[in-house]
Amino acid sequence: MSTDENSSGVVKKFMYVNRKAPYGTIYALEVLEMVLISAAFDQDVHLAFVDDGVYQIKKGQDTKGVEMKNFSPTYRALDGYDIEKLYVEKESLDERGIAASDLMVPVEIIDRAAMTALIDSMDVVLSG
Amino acid sequence: MQFGILVNEGPYNHQASDSAYQFVKAALGKGHKIFRVFFYYDGVNNANKLTEPPSDDRNITKRWSELGKAHGLDLVVCVAAALRRGIKDEVLADGFRISGLGQLIEAGVHSDRLIVFGD
Amino acid sequence: MLHTVNKSPFERNALDACLTRAAKGSAILLYEDAVYAATKGTNVASRVSQATQAFKVFVLGPDLRARGFDEAQVLDGITVIGYDEFVDLTVEHGTVNAWL
Repeated sequence: MSTDENSSGVVKKFMYVNRKAPYGTIYALEVLEMVLISAAFDQDVHLAFVDDGVYQIKKGQDTKGVEMKNFSPTYRALDGYDIEKLYVEKESLDERGIAASDLMVPVEIIDRAAMTALIDSMDVVLSG
Repeated sequence: MQFGILVNEGPYNHQASDSAYQFVKAALGKGHKIFRVFFYYDGVNNANKLTEPPSDDRNITKRWSELGKAHGLDLVVCVAAALRRGIKDEVLADGFRISGLGQLIEAGVHSDRLIVFGD
Repeated sequence: MLHTVNKSPFERNALDACLTRAAKGSAILLYEDAVYAATKGTNVASRVSQATQAFKVFVLGPDLRARGFDEAQVLDGITVIGYDEFVDLTVEHGTVNAWL
């Protein structure tokens, strides 16, 4: 589908709030499919990783042993779709003992107060 | 006002589809418009016409079909999510159609509000 | 913004996730299994009561009654509403954020 077909001139601030860990449930994978499609619609796309959502972008995922699709490389491909606004909540990382260097993609790490303000500024919030 | 509705869970297992249905009914009753109801994740199972609940319980799929027919609702099932779960045209209940995920994004862009019902 | 929570606070962290990240003055609707958070005498009652100072908190009556509770058992400061008012809340408060 071409960008022209989809752009009606309306640009909204979309946010995908990722709060679930990968593999245990399908939500992380299918959210990513939504994110990729939204790139075709010329919307202002934001991804937030909070709570267990931060586990989605943990480095070194290897799913061979569980025979499930490793979809984590897709996060690294997002910038190819001009999706570059990735935000991770610092408190969520700290609570889980995860460092910024454990993450597989460049993200902006913001504190909970900044996350609150960011979420509050959105036009459409999608969660899975 | 125009609403987009996203249903993330299948029927019966979760209340999500019931809540979405009650919300849509209330919104229509108040004179609002429903731009589209989009079924994603296990929500695609709401469109399975083979669903056969006990006779003393609500028939969630049929209820959506009937509300859709009465109000001309656009009930859209995500194709990728549906194929994953064996929901194809052969089992699609009346009033539902299978289409791309772009239909959800479009609902987000063109509706005044997008309401998500899930787990 | 209207935030919705539909999970029991005793099973999942959705309520906490919402309360810690909803901007002051937002509306919060507790429905489905989250209605238990609105009832008196629980170990989250003081936290929820406190939340009514910073947010406008609502609970969905049909979900409450389905689970054997009524208005009298709802914490002070929480408004019991029906599906019609749920629709009104989404109209009045702009973007809806479902904490799933």
